[in-house]
Amino acid sequence: MKRMTSILLAVVAALAGCQREQRQLRLDPPTADALDKIALMPNGIAGAPPRVYFALGKPYEANAYNLSQGKRLYSWFGCKSCHGDGQGGSGPSFLDGWWYYGPEMVSIFASIRDGRPHGMPSFRDKMTTDQIWQLAGYVQTIGSYEGKTAAPSRNDEKQTRPAENRAPAKLRFDQGPSPVHLDQGPTP
Amino acid sequence: MIRALSKICLSAMLAVPLAACGSNWQSALDVHGTSAISLKHLILLIVAVCSVVWMLVMVALIWALWHRREGLSTPPQPGRERRMTIAVIGAVIVTAVIIGTFTIMSFFATRSLSVAGQDELTIRVRGLQWWWGIEYLGPDPSRRFETANEIHIPVGRSVHLKLEGLDVIHSFWVPSLAGKQDLIPGRSNELTIRAEQPGVYRGQCAEYCGMQHAHMALLVIAESQDDFDKWANAERNAAAQPVEEEAAAGMQTFLTKPCAACHTIRGTIAAGTTGPDLTHVGSRRTIAAGLFETTRGSLAAWIADPQTIKPGNNMPMVPLAPEELRDVSAYLASLK
Amino acid sequence: MNMPAKASDTRDIDIQGSCLTEALTETWKTPPGIWGALTTVDHKIIGRRYIFTAFVFLVLGGVLAVLMRIQLAQPEARLLGPDRYNQIFTMHGANMMFLFAVPVMEAVAVYLVPLMVGTRNIAFPRLNAFSYWIYLAGGALLWIAFALDMGPDVGWFAYVPLSGPQYAAGKRADIWAQMITFTEVSALAVAVEMVVTVFKQRAPGMTLDRIPVFVWAMLVTSFLIIMAMPAIMVASTSLILDRLVGTHFFNPAEGGDVLLWQHLFWFFGHPEVYIIFLPAAGMVSTMIEPFARRPAFGYLGLVMALIATGILAFGLWVHHMFVAGLPRLGESFFTASSMAIAIPAGIQIFCWLATLWDGRPVFKTPLLFIIGFFVTFVIGGLTGVMVASVPFDTQVHDTYFVVAHFHYVLVGGAVFPLLGAIHYWFPKLTGRMMSETLGQWSFWLIITGFNATFFPMHILGLEGMPRRIYTYQPDLPWHALNVFASLSSIVLTAGFLVFFINVIRSAWAGDVASDNPWDAATLEWATSSPPPSFNFAMIPVVNSLHPLWDCRDALAVAKGLRTDRRELVVTSLNTAEPQAREASPRNSIWPLLTAIATSIMLIWSIFTPWAVVWGSIPIAIALIGWFWPKGTPEDEA
Repeated sequence: MKRMTSILLAVVAALAGCQREQRQLRLDPPTADALDKIALMPNGIAGAPPRVYFALGKPYEANAYNLSQGKRLYSWFGCKSCHGDGQGGSGPSFLDGWWYYGPEMVSIFASIRDGRPHGMPSFRDKMTTDQIWQLAGYVQTIGSYEGKTAAPSRNDEKQTRPAENRAPAKLRFDQGPSPVHLDQGPTP
Repeated sequence: MIRALSKICLSAMLAVPLAACGSNWQSALDVHGTSAISLKHLILLIVAVCSVVWMLVMVALIWALWHRREGLSTPPQPGRERRMTIAVIGAVIVTAVIIGTFTIMSFFATRSLSVAGQDELTIRVRGLQWWWGIEYLGPDPSRRFETANEIHIPVGRSVHLKLEGLDVIHSFWVPSLAGKQDLIPGRSNELTIRAEQPGVYRGQCAEYCGMQHAHMALLVIAESQDDFDKWANAERNAAAQPVEEEAAAGMQTFLTKPCAACHTIRGTIAAGTTGPDLTHVGSRRTIAAGLFETTRGSLAAWIADPQTIKPGNNMPMVPLAPEELRDVSAYLASLK
Repeated sequence: MNMPAKASDTRDIDIQGSCLTEALTETWKTPPGIWGALTTVDHKIIGRRYIFTAFVFLVLGGVLAVLMRIQLAQPEARLLGPDRYNQIFTMHGANMMFLFAVPVMEAVAVYLVPLMVGTRNIAFPRLNAFSYWIYLAGGALLWIAFALDMGPDVGWFAYVPLSGPQYAAGKRADIWAQMITFTEVSALAVAVEMVVTVFKQRAPGMTLDRIPVFVWAMLVTSFLIIMAMPAIMVASTSLILDRLVGTHFFNPAEGGDVLLWQHLFWFFGHPEVYIIFLPAAGMVSTMIEPFARRPAFGYLGLVMALIATGILAFGLWVHHMFVAGLPRLGESFFTASSMAIAIPAGIQIFCWLATLWDGRPVFKTPLLFIIGFFVTFVIGGLTGVMVASVPFDTQVHDTYFVVAHFHYVLVGGAVFPLLGAIHYWFPKLTGRMMSETLGQWSFWLIITGFNATFFPMHILGLEGMPRRIYTYQPDLPWHALNVFASLSSIVLTAGFLVFFINVIRSAWAGDVASDNPWDAATLEWATSSPPPSFNFAMIPVVNSLHPLWDCRDALAVAKGLRTDRRELVVTSLNTAEPQAREASPRNSIWPLLTAIATSIMLIWSIFTPWAVVWGSIPIAIALIGWFWPKGTPEDEA
């Protein structure tokens, strides 16, 4: 009985753990191509990720390595210059619960890859598909109301908001509704 | 297609050792730098003394085990005990003298290492996962320039290195020239090197720094003052405009694809700072932090599939058509 | 003494011979079956378990070592990728240091020290049971994580920032840090038990100058553990806090410091080496007596050397940081203190040589391992003197030279004596002798294989090969020596294989051992092999350093202990005068339950800080159950 329980526990831990800790360092080019083919709704909000995304086990939402790579890309590709630490600047905040194009991974992916009106540039020619998904996963994470255990923690720099694994958006959300940013355009 | 190509290139790469290398170009025993030479003398001396000590202990052990014994077991005799006490105390005194001498010797050797010459060339060395950023400093900002993974120094001149760890801790170590020194985030360390003879000396990161710690090498090229000046002037220039059609097409590809987002090529719009400066990559002896000799083939293999060649490094696999790959590698190889 | 005599109050003076044995057996026994196994507090059962578990971890760590050797036998080998290799070398180091070397020394001590000082159980036996379960849980945590591809990959030293929140994604580094907490809790518990056992439970008459050297070594080691381990627990807890709740202990931008980690780690890390080596030195001092057929020469010198090493151990941690850019003059101080450690080490070596010179050596396997210890450990000690020199160290630091150095110190200096000790004390543990033939085979294979594997690494280091690289390029001149080392490791592996075959075979079918098969002089040989649950029917009284040699007929014994409950004699610190009869705790399930509750809290707290709050409740409940007053009189003068 005891052995059964422990085996069961180990299996559960294995299933939960492997997904979160695996490090997929190289994406096969056909897979990367397939991951690029998202089906977006005509208004650019929400849609369906490609089937391979599910076949891979939604690797960009709860995998620690991908999230932490996403965090590095966030600073490497200059996201900070408009979005700051995630609380916005000349670009919208990710923490106030106000997603212009919805909080789904496909929407965020599309925003990064194709750009959006009112100043969001397209990163199609600057990043690979794999990187865009990693970055999208990270952006979704900082705006999440639930702390993910796989999310990265603070960086070795000045800290301006709670770390990603502490659900910074939840804290902002608790402060009450945020005003609509008219300067960033109407919602589509 | 690209995968197959890169595999072929890769295996060719691994089969042919770098042409430039001597047999011991990264060795604390094959030394050509001022401090490495004095360190080698110290190392040899200490090793020699310690070897003698070890042999004496072994002789004593063999003698203790197999010397002739008379009679049967008796309780310890006072006379023999006294002799043994004297012998043990004597041996301990000898030990103390030896280690005292070593301590004083290493103290003076340390002092001589930290003395630097006056006429200094200062270079900032930045350690990153998993490559080296090299910046030649100087009083005149317009004469500063950047390169990566390769340091040129004039022979016989003290060169002052400012070591900065930008992400994690790395350690700068070119054993043929000097001992190592860590690059630590939040701190600035310094090291002075001086080459006594012209040559190519290899160094490698010596502090575990993550996934690709094994492939974080750099070359130090010691050359005459004239050659050094010639090289430095060439480095200060912006990248040459490609002349060949293939290279020109490669430049276009480079600038429109993700490459330009991470790499700088001075003289073009490519100004990324995440990856190494590629302004004169074609003139550098190696690519990918000392992994391959720079050739068009190795460049192509590296660009085609960096994650197979150096798994986990920060260069992504950018999807390129075969002709684009050919053009880009031609372009980069042309950046002398 | 004012306790009214109850009907059940039977003393050992009242009964004789087999009746006494029966009464004591009934009082001290561990019931058979799973319940008995889970509740036992017998130091011999727990000690055996500890030793067995530690050797299982040795085998697992050895397999990792073999994998690394296969990988390095070829330049640019692709057997292991960098991710897996980095996990493997981290696991190898962490496993060997925290799950094998320290615990196995404690394990041997848990088994032997109460016997050697002539008492019936270790002090705080339930804490002892708890410490084993916690150790087991910590080891399981590390290895299950590794099996799930989430083993730590930051090195056994886990330098920040590489192990910090920004560069170590996921929970890998947390698992390393929390494994530290597990093993340190268990080590601290054993250290406390050991100090109290040695201070207060020695047989009457065992004054300070009659304590066997191994017991002295364990006493010094225990103090080292008590003083060194808190540093690493502070460090690893700070790391977890940095990673989980975003504190800034190691963040330079917010006033933290990266080098703080290295200071804390090595303030523990260097004494750690002596925590492993001193017990081994004690084993050598104790084992050399029966095999040289004379008392160890220079008892006072040997004990003083142990204490001196223990004190110096805290003054030389900076020699691990000679290339971190600390002030040069300060570094020279640490050169001096690191070199000074050669003096106590030298005293011990010379005393042992004198013992052998004046004695009549009996060339049995344990003595062979002691000779092997001399040959290899002296090399390790001398290379230690080399790396203590700052300028020398700037060339060899973090190279294979250092890999060679510490394997010579730890394998040559600690594992060889340990293997000798297993051969030596095996009859006491199991009642059977180990095979001499297989013992000699394993010795020659191990010493040949070891030296052939590790000696070339000195040269590799000087030729510029850094540590912790998962591969190297073909144009570097390291291939031949690496192949040689890898091939030699086959011999080393074969030697260990023969050793384990010998252990398993002898445990079932070895010659039956007498009480004192080596004609040794210390008290553990005064009882049967294996000892009964109560260790000694009558507590022995000691009149000399070598009680079994000086009283050949029969040992004097102390009488008057009750037989109907677990009683032992408490004696004074210096002169070991009897002071009290002390009740020793009975079997209990609470240590196991507390260990389970503690493990759940510690593992859970990697994921959320709230675990510390909610996870503490079951621990509190378990502790209340553990300490609930049972209404038994504690002790009588």
